[in-house]
Amino acid sequence: MSLLIKGGRVIDPANGIDEIMDIFADGGKIAEVGRDIEKAADRTINAEGKWVMPGLIDLHVHFREPGYERKETIRTGSRAAAMGGFTTVCCMPNTNPVTDNDIVVEFIKLKAERAGIVNVLPIGSLTKGMEGEVLSDIGRMASAGVCALSEDGKSVLNAALMKNAMRYASMFDLPVFDHCEDPSLTGKGQMNAGAQAAYMGLAGISNDSEEVIVARDMILAESTKTPIHLCHISTKGSVTLIRQAKERGVRVTAEATPHHFTLCDEDIRDYDANYKMAPPLRSREDREAIRLALKDGTIGVISTDHAPHHVDEKNCEFQKALNGIIGLETSFCLAHTELVLGGYLTPSQLVEKMSTNPGRILHNGKGTLSAGADADITIADPNEQYTIDVDDMVSKAKNTPFGGREVKGRILYTIVGGEIVVDGGKLIKK
Amino acid sequence: MLKRKDLLGLRDLGRDEIIEILDTAKEMKKKIDNPALRDCTLGKSSIITLFYENSTRTRMSFMLAGSYLGGIVQDLGVAASSVSKGESLIDTGLNLDKMGVRFMIMRHQMTGAAAVLARNVNASVINAGDGTNEHPTQALLDMYTIRDYLGGFEGLKVVILGDISHSRVARSNAFGLVKLGAEVTLAGPSTLVSGSMKSLGVNVTSDIKGALADADVVMGLRVQFERQKNMPFPNTREYSTLYGINSSMLNYAKKDALVMHPGPVNRGVEFASDIIDGPNSVINIQVKNGVAVRMAILKLLYEAGASTDR
Ligand SMILES: [Zn+2]
Repeated sequence: MSLLIKGGRVIDPANGIDEIMDIFADGGKIAEVGRDIEKAADRTINAEGKWVMPGLIDLHVHFREPGYERKETIRTGSRAAAMGGFTTVCCMPNTNPVTDNDIVVEFIKLKAERAGIVNVLPIGSLTKGMEGEVLSDIGRMASAGVCALSEDGKSVLNAALMKNAMRYASMFDLPVFDHCEDPSLTGKGQMNAGAQAAYMGLAGISNDSEEVIVARDMILAESTKTPIHLCHISTKGSVTLIRQAKERGVRVTAEATPHHFTLCDEDIRDYDANYKMAPPLRSREDREAIRLALKDGTIGVISTDHAPHHVDEKNCEFQKALNGIIGLETSFCLAHTELVLGGYLTPSQLVEKMSTNPGRILHNGKGTLSAGADADITIADPNEQYTIDVDDMVSKAKNTPFGGREVKGRILYTIVGGEIVVDGGKLIKK
Repeated sequence: MLKRKDLLGLRDLGRDEIIEILDTAKEMKKKIDNPALRDCTLGKSSIITLFYENSTRTRMSFMLAGSYLGGIVQDLGVAASSVSKGESLIDTGLNLDKMGVRFMIMRHQMTGAAAVLARNVNASVINAGDGTNEHPTQALLDMYTIRDYLGGFEGLKVVILGDISHSRVARSNAFGLVKLGAEVTLAGPSTLVSGSMKSLGVNVTSDIKGALADADVVMGLRVQFERQKNMPFPNTREYSTLYGINSSMLNYAKKDALVMHPGPVNRGVEFASDIIDGPNSVINIQVKNGVAVRMAILKLLYEAGASTDR
């Protein structure tokens, strides 16, 4: 099938492009990007007034399969990804069983293929069962096709084991996605430590619980000369540490989530667990530091940490409620509203954070509209204003604090390998 | 007039609502001493106590308050019920709702549990203590006692001592007393009182003598001694040496300062025995006022419900 996208604002930072152009795709690949392409195509999309971007990439989602299918499945998660403009997502390994061996990796790939909606790349755990004791079958998982390694949900607490894991992973050229949290400092904490926690009577989680591991693992990256990618950075102190490490040449990249650049602890209301996640919503000051770090490039990636939970796991005592919120379907509109319209990022920088840079970290040729690349393309209307409606979401889970929020920017087309999966804002796949 | 379904904490109560509860409690107190005055104010409403955390004293106080006003009072017996078989809090609440329960009085080890129950049921929820959040009826009975002895709150210096950061009593008192114009100081070892508590509009200090200077009220809090991995102070002996109140320490406060404690007291730890039994202590009077305040809350919430057609 061939596809011609006419007259859109093509934003492809990998090639330094931000101008009105046409794109012609054929056989699942980008064939040509240029002005006034006149070619016969099976389908032509008029993209005037729209943004045409390399397909969005999310390095950090939880699709819960195998093991927790009542929260989300690879199929329902893929649908949510497509609706959010994502053509590639990376699933964290905290499944049941844990994705710590090639068999689970093959299972996820099979399910993703059957769903056939977006590219779903499995991430393997660093340690067996995510128990922090022995390395997972990293080499076998590399052959089976994991895109990265991570212990997301916790840190590998034994520093020597973490160091080994980083060294071993580098042999297979696998990036390590690092959840930074010292559980002894988190303690029984339920939300960000500070005035708001004191006011609400909830035990606090201090910024140092994240920062000590950020510091430790950047030191390990430096000593082992391996790269490290820091997940969901949430504090001002972490930003300072990352900035300093980058200055001295440490190979560190970092991501921030839409909820950490949009909300802060003052937004938490009525013990509503849809505001509960790890790391927690931080202070107003931390949020500003995250926004500025995105602006100056200290944080190069926006990831959702899409974490679906069943309603029963959220409509309960705050302390009992599980951590995390869904994010795939609200990521682009929040990033556009808060960061681009908020004056922190140019449109091109936004695309960098949501496609180009994550593509570079995966180094799989995605995140660009170069001729010859997979025809993964996302088209959005930056001007459409609407209210987020949780009932419209296609994720199996509804745990989000963003229902009722006014945003600007809607995904209209998600094209994966030249195939249109979201067409005019509607999911066309089963 | 009190216009709300639930009583969850003093954080959300207005100044006038607090005064109304205290005034009503004064009337209620007569019914404690004189059984002939007890009536059917609550019209045989059914009242259930759900204590996920044990407290015989608070539970009995509520049960007596309910029965003095003609309510039908039952205890759920959490340990023996379906709760121990893993039923969720919300399911428990919905079941009780269906069975016609008018008041659910709950103590729970988790902050915000009362709020979560309240927004899921039709019954009036009274918070009898939730996690490290609030214990509103304790604070109201403390405030009742203070007003009874000292006439009011404006300009009073109230010192609350001890394990502040884990104390829902300290928090509820702080919210209420600050609203009524008292100057509240929270004092304790630096590991048990956090500077972020200043957001409640109070002073926070580890200087116990400075805190006691010219105090009108000295309120001690129970220090918890469960063995924990990361104890906030070395041992009981060191705590009582540095932060326990004996008669020479009490000299820093005003001569007729009230000595209060929500109980149960660790004699010789928070307060020396001669202080607990001494002339400044109103610890035993607090207990009686507790029943009166709880009667007042039941009456006011019942009337609020009757007037809004639930
Ligand atoms: Zn994580």
